[in-house]
Amino acid sequence: MWQLFHKLGSPKWFYGIATRLMPWLLVGGALLLLAGIVWGLAFAPKDYLQGNSYRIIFIHVPTAFLAQSVYIMMAVAAVVTLVWRMKLADVFVKAVAPVGLVLTFLALFTGAVWGKPTWGTWWIWDARLTSMLILLFLYGGVIALDRAINDEKSAARAVAVLVLVGVVNIPIIKYSVEWWNTLHQPATFKLTEKPSMPAEMWVPLLLSVLGLYLIFGWLACLRMQTEIIAREQRTRWVKDLVMAGRH
Amino acid sequence: MHPIRKKRLTIVLFLLAGIGVAVALTTYALRQNINLFYDPSQIAAGDVPQDVRIRAGGMVEEGSVIRDPDSLKVEFRVTDFNSSVPVEYNGILPDLFAEGQGVVAMGKLNGQGRFVADQVLAKHDENYMPPEVADALEKASKGQHKAGETAQPQSY
Repeated sequence: MWQLFHKLGSPKWFYGIATRLMPWLLVGGALLLLAGIVWGLAFAPKDYLQGNSYRIIFIHVPTAFLAQSVYIMMAVAAVVTLVWRMKLADVFVKAVAPVGLVLTFLALFTGAVWGKPTWGTWWIWDARLTSMLILLFLYGGVIALDRAINDEKSAARAVAVLVLVGVVNIPIIKYSVEWWNTLHQPATFKLTEKPSMPAEMWVPLLLSVLGLYLIFGWLACLRMQTEIIAREQRTRWVKDLVMAGRH
Repeated sequence: MHPIRKKRLTIVLFLLAGIGVAVALTTYALRQNINLFYDPSQIAAGDVPQDVRIRAGGMVEEGSVIRDPDSLKVEFRVTDFNSSVPVEYNGILPDLFAEGQGVVAMGKLNGQGRFVADQVLAKHDENYMPPEVADALEKASKGQHKAGETAQPQSY
């Protein structure tokens, strides 16, 4: 266990593992996501109240789910950066923050598109929507803070503290619909109960969530590799790698 | 674990606990402002200021919707199954507006205890089902209802 943890500290070791993992993540993710989306958008039954407009759930829920998961992963990496000073943890935070930003934006956007015909409004300042908007700004803040500090080590620590401060927003997003009166409905999926949705609706949804997770994994590997090469450009192994690529 | 790392980990945990407590206290103090709407019980209890723009939310009471045939005027009662509030609205209702469905109305409470709304939003619940299942459920509940009605005299 600790051995793996220490190996993870080596960018070179991670680069090799990522190269081997990426094709599986991409193919698996694309297949699952495609299956989930096509099943959900074309074959799943329509809703008795909303008709076809509920189908945006097959994009809205996976993006919203991932947007929060990615932030939690970033918070774990931030603890590792602050306590163990592991370079790879910081590489991860920098590589995935823009991905998280895009996912959060997509969740807010699809929610607004669904809200107009369903609720009667694009936007309302209820606790769920507002806390999700704060998540968008947190991702933006992480990216901006990282770009604003030139020194790599200072940037890593400052970003890690910001990510940790922001992680309190995650339980607020999750429980906002239970703690306060909101326009947004409570979660359809709970760990302890059966989903308030038949299987022919939640199975495709689950497929798209899993698919998006794998695609995210692929994207994270790809972006981390790029960041590693940029940082380690003066090391022997990166030079060898580039030379080998030329032949 | 290395003592320096242990110290750093402790600092990180204290940082997280501190922020958590600060945010919890703030959101607790602001809970009335974070709530999007008042429910009918709060309105009935007189917790709600008059002639101030507020939101009221709850279920549209079954059989309470009265539409004016000549205009867009509509009246209905919003309930949380403890108390209910009469609402007046003049405008276009969202597609999902129906009896037994959730709504959030924005407007003012007048002196007579009536809520005059200038915007009505539909609140969707977390349940999704195919139309056939919904029909079957409705039939089943009606059937049970009838069975209950006929069974009632026997249970005397």
